[in-house]
Amino acid sequence: MTSEMIGALLPLLVGLPLLVAGLLVMTGPRLRLHAVVNFATMLTMLGAACGLVYYFWAHDGGAVAHQVGHWPAGIAIPFAADMFTALMLSVTMILTVVSIWFAQASRAANSRYFAPLVLILTTGVNGALLTADLFNLFVFLEVMLLPSYGLYVLSANRNLPLRRVHGARLYVTMNLFTSTLYMIGVGFLYGTAGSVNIAVLANQAQTDPTVAFAGAVSIFALAIKASVVPVHGWLARAYPGTSPAITALFSGLHTKVAIYAIYRIYAVVYNGDTRFLWIGVVLFSLTMLIGVFGAVGEKTTRTILAFHMVSQIGYILLGVALFTELGLTAGIFYLLHHMIVKASLFMSTGAVEVRYGTGVIGALGGISRTEPVIAVAFMIAALSLAGIPPFSGFAAKFMLIVGAVEAGEIAAVVVMLFVSLITLLSMLKIWTGMFWEKGSGGPATKTGTIITSATRDPYAHEASYTPELATEATHSQVTTLTGAQTILESDESTVPRRRINFALAAPSVILAAITVAFGLGAQFLLALSGIAADGLLDTTQYVQAVLTP
Amino acid sequence: MTLALTVAILTAGAVYLFTKREMLRIILGFVLIGHAGNLILFAAGGTDRRTEAFHPSADPSVMADPLPQAFVLTAIVIAFSITVFMLVLAVTGDKTDDTAQKVEELDVAAESASDGVRRIPRKTNGQERP
Repeated sequence: MTSEMIGALLPLLVGLPLLVAGLLVMTGPRLRLHAVVNFATMLTMLGAACGLVYYFWAHDGGAVAHQVGHWPAGIAIPFAADMFTALMLSVTMILTVVSIWFAQASRAANSRYFAPLVLILTTGVNGALLTADLFNLFVFLEVMLLPSYGLYVLSANRNLPLRRVHGARLYVTMNLFTSTLYMIGVGFLYGTAGSVNIAVLANQAQTDPTVAFAGAVSIFALAIKASVVPVHGWLARAYPGTSPAITALFSGLHTKVAIYAIYRIYAVVYNGDTRFLWIGVVLFSLTMLIGVFGAVGEKTTRTILAFHMVSQIGYILLGVALFTELGLTAGIFYLLHHMIVKASLFMSTGAVEVRYGTGVIGALGGISRTEPVIAVAFMIAALSLAGIPPFSGFAAKFMLIVGAVEAGEIAAVVVMLFVSLITLLSMLKIWTGMFWEKGSGGPATKTGTIITSATRDPYAHEASYTPELATEATHSQVTTLTGAQTILESDESTVPRRRINFALAAPSVILAAITVAFGLGAQFLLALSGIAADGLLDTTQYVQAVLTP
Repeated sequence: MTLALTVAILTAGAVYLFTKREMLRIILGFVLIGHAGNLILFAAGGTDRRTEAFHPSADPSVMADPLPQAFVLTAIVIAFSITVFMLVLAVTGDKTDDTAQKVEELDVAAESASDGVRRIPRKTNGQERP
């Protein structure tokens, strides 16, 4: 296929999910149909994204673009893709597919609006990744966020209304504020440079300081969305407020789209200007440190993981702050690795949380004995996050450290190594607090067993209940029962039964397998990331593609 | 100049409202800052060197720039929809508003400065609050 034909197909990645979402809303509450159509659409788009990766791999880079509506270039609102876009599209689609699976298995998806909302979310993500117009990016960010608000509230933990309201309010206000700020930044860009087309803006920030300031407002807004220190506080408070399935989905999509946009804007509009890089190095090193220290004080798995996300975002963005070939390659590789690993961690601990009713460290014990599969998946992802070979985290961190040494940022290297150590300690905290045996007959294992027998009833009767609701509701009952020294009769009092079934365990296992594959096949993926990095270092092909009619 | 001053006043009002604890006031703050953003977009079209949109002379170089106006239109629609959603959140969270329940964590100065807190029933452990 010629590049023009591929370019003409790009809007389909945005149009198809939107169309399917609309059709699904009209079919009413046919949940099985929704699930099947949802999966089929996502897999189709995953195939398309992988095809795009193959195209750029076969052509060793390059870019394709399409002037939507065949308006003249510069006036049209273009869609454009290069290797970086294609890689991001593929990994976000993998994540979306796996997250939908997890949501189905954990019953977070038992609403007639779940599938349409996820499809519209995908529309927004794909649009934000593909668009080459900064105002259109704002619109697509909103298209991505509006269904997210719906998903957040829809599958929120009903037993914790306080946290839900708190989390949803924080999430919505933070995002609206950031979007307004981004919009203002785009307004300044239009006022100073006279265009919002990223290709027309190319290199202008390097020559004109007013454009650089205008762009800085936009990048600052995107940095809030990506939760860079010192504007990271919202993430660890907002993400754990909803169901584990939605946390996993958001973790892979929202902050990462902002990171992608920062990479793209800095590469094209600023042309990788070396004058401003030190700001990035300082801020992102701080992000790594403060994120990981934030995790130390947290008491639930998801807040710990959310703080680690902040810390890891520092690593990812350090790639753009180095702006060397090696640094960008490592940054992009880190981004792809992180999306997979973080979602895997959220899903393995989320599966435990869904079935055992709590994600509080130390409330459970011996999960590794009852749920060996989940424990292995967690361990692989946790070691990968900390950067232990042979998982993808090792390759990512190693490359980034080599890149930083090459760029002479020794302080950043020290921070990276130190943060890795704390990350490992923090993962061990989850491991000991949740998966490891607490000693046979300890209070925690007892509670775990008792919840099993009590859980069944609300499950059977109320199909519309989320399992979290059911377990959480009985959990409070159970604690009062144990407090009164009453021991419930249960048929699995000796050996606790496995409660996480195949369907619920599979998503985290699949993602853990992907991180192993990324680690072992790092050379291939690094080659792809290298092509993507070349596209950011030398943006002429991208700019040319966007500006050719 | 008028636009710049208006933006400044709107932003100041928004910041003042953001410091309040009550959700409704924060939403009103967002309405103000949304307008400030829209006026900035509007000003980006070069309102100082251009005239109205349908000038009789129809010279494109002095006609108002239509693109920022399209931006503003898009932004208004988006901000409006999110405002409505936030209003729903403000109503649903009324009974279980944890921003209102964590009174004991507030210091006295902040509390007396925010009128949103006064509505909360004072269930304290014997302590008198100002």
